[in-house]
Amino acid sequence: MKKYRKVISALVAGVMTASMLAGCGSSADNSQTATTEQAEGEQAAADTLTFKIGAIGPLTGGAAAYGNAVCNAAELAVSEINANGGINGYQVEYSKEDDELNAEKSVNAYNTLKDWGMQFLVGSTTSACSIAVSEYTKNDNMFQLTPSGSAVDCVKYDNVFRVCFSDPNQGIASAQYISDHNLATKVGIIYDSSDVYSNGIYQKFTEESAGKNYEIVSAEAFTQDNNTDFSVQLQKAKDAGADLVFLPIYYKDASLILTQANTMGYSPVFFGVDGMDGILTVDNFDTALAEGVMLLTPFAADATDDLTVNFVSQYQAKYGEVPNQFAADAYDAVYIIKQAIEAKNLTPDMSVSDLCESMKTAMTEIEATGLTSSKMTWEASGEPNKEPKAVVIQNGAYVSAQ
Amino acid sequence: MKLNKKSKDNYITYAIVMVAYLIFQILSATGNLSSHMTGLLVPMTYYAVIAVALNLCVGILGELSIGHCGFMCIGAFSSAFFSKLTENVLAWPIRFFLAFVIGIAFAALFGFLIGIPVLRLKGDYLAIVTLAFGEIIKNVINAFYIGVDGNGVHFSMKNSMELNMEPDGNLIINGAMGITGTPHNSNFTIGIIVLLLSLFVVQNLINSRDGRAIMAVRDNYIAAEATGINVTRYKMMAFVLSAAIAGAAGVLFSHNITTLTASSQYFGYNASIMILVYVVLGGIGNIRGSVIAACVLYLLPELLRGFSTYRMLIYSIVLIVMMIVNWSPRVIEKREKLAAKIGFGSRKKIAR
Repeated sequence: MKKYRKVISALVAGVMTASMLAGCGSSADNSQTATTEQAEGEQAAADTLTFKIGAIGPLTGGAAAYGNAVCNAAELAVSEINANGGINGYQVEYSKEDDELNAEKSVNAYNTLKDWGMQFLVGSTTSACSIAVSEYTKNDNMFQLTPSGSAVDCVKYDNVFRVCFSDPNQGIASAQYISDHNLATKVGIIYDSSDVYSNGIYQKFTEESAGKNYEIVSAEAFTQDNNTDFSVQLQKAKDAGADLVFLPIYYKDASLILTQANTMGYSPVFFGVDGMDGILTVDNFDTALAEGVMLLTPFAADATDDLTVNFVSQYQAKYGEVPNQFAADAYDAVYIIKQAIEAKNLTPDMSVSDLCESMKTAMTEIEATGLTSSKMTWEASGEPNKEPKAVVIQNGAYVSAQ
Repeated sequence: MKLNKKSKDNYITYAIVMVAYLIFQILSATGNLSSHMTGLLVPMTYYAVIAVALNLCVGILGELSIGHCGFMCIGAFSSAFFSKLTENVLAWPIRFFLAFVIGIAFAALFGFLIGIPVLRLKGDYLAIVTLAFGEIIKNVINAFYIGVDGNGVHFSMKNSMELNMEPDGNLIINGAMGITGTPHNSNFTIGIIVLLLSLFVVQNLINSRDGRAIMAVRDNYIAAEATGINVTRYKMMAFVLSAAIAGAAGVLFSHNITTLTASSQYFGYNASIMILVYVVLGGIGNIRGSVIAACVLYLLPELLRGFSTYRMLIYSIVLIVMMIVNWSPRVIEKREKLAAKIGFGSRKKIAR
């Protein structure tokens, strides 16, 4: 075996060089396969200019649901815009890349999109990835609008804006909501200490709760490595007499918590944040258990306004599932970019950096209407101003809470 | 100058790395390197470095470690912590150098501490303990909250509110959110230097008296002990060195990505097993092979991006095919016959 090492290494080295060359050569092809059908329809007029919007999210792995929601919804928005004559008369090309929920791969995805000629980035979907990518968009001065990167640091740089609420804002809003509506006297918290999103909300909620008309009687953590049995955390909340349990976590874990609380005969008010959205769609989950659950969310898929109805039916027709708030944020993000471009009359032949400079000022001037809020404005810091909406689950559907 | 076969072999390895470096530098200087490829260069170097480190442990020491990303994690966090602290105090070359020293030292220290109980075990048992160790490191760091303000360092294992910091305080490690905003100092040149240094250390160790002792322990524990080799000492030496080099890879890692979180996609056992795959595919005990395999396997899923969602499927199939082509005895036999036919193998047979 040993004498073949040289042969093998020569072979492998050859493979490496070949694959490298292949990578260089095929980059042009990649961008073509990645463009949307609409753009391909435009191939006849290939020399006409187009805006290029890219999206990044985890399309494979455990968080694929979020990344796919973002990338699909952005794709849907782009195809709608193209069908209605594009932005300022220019068609829009769209491409998406996978980051596997990995900050390192997210940067790779960003570089791939940059090679493709991206001018505006919708992403990354998750906070840590978005922060890592923002370091690079800052250097390239490319406009970045993250639909769902909620950590504070996501919008650290002036070229980055976000559509969703930041984690602290959700914590503050939840604390205020619970206090203003006298929902509880004793609050228990169950949060995911291994998750940035959950931690961020939990920390701010606890800070904000000081001096409110309720007290926090238990705060129990779990991690992604032990998110199947919540009986200990629930028992502690129950023993402490919590009449409201705050769940700043994603809906998959929340559905287990609701099921297990029901099994042990514990029925406080459960209060969630936007990560709870989607709980009614969990497989094998008895939605009757979610009855009375309150959550703060910017988007409810069964709202009856025209915009939401149109979006949900289009999305369902195209991708076969009910869109969640990630999808709504991304759909809004594309339209916000459109509105900002139109506000400044930008054209695709401008450089990425010039586009970004104009977009920065445009973002602070526009007032957007979208799925996630009827009125959104932005600070120069990148934070959105919009009202959180609280909904309560009744008869298996979201109803606006009072 | 007459070189013996082994040092000639070593020089070939260095030459491959340097030629690759030159090719990429020329490509990037002439503007022929896409930004995608440019972004992949640094990760390629640190995965190559950790593959070399693991190969020292698995191939030369002969102990299966599946928690090596734990050492990388320690190197990454200790150095990023230092860099965050001194970001505005020290000039970046000095700071980055010290960050390397600190990252490597901490990883080596933990390698030593873990080595004391672990190296009493062998084979599967050792593998399981290293696996557990990797997970422990990850979970412990996830629970750390460390902040610095005018009054000194504050530490908590509960949450950031417990730190009671002054308003001007700087929260450095924020639990599961890890360290954000580590200065971006890693570049391809530094990565290549670290890779060359670790290759130099490992290859020289292998060809030294100590290295032969380590391999004697691997090949026959009892015989080695009977000939007077201090088994524990040599095992420890290789293990600590391997941990230290993994720590260096961690330093490169943490200074390449601005968000450092101790989550499983970077430092969990899946990541450790991925490194093990690099080592196994490159050839256990074959240092040059690890470097090449790490580069190829890191590049592969990235170059397959054109296939969008099918790329992970294709990646796994390619992995299986590569393993079979490289290491299946049948295929090796067939390849041998083929090589003999074209006169390549036969000449080599005479040569040895």
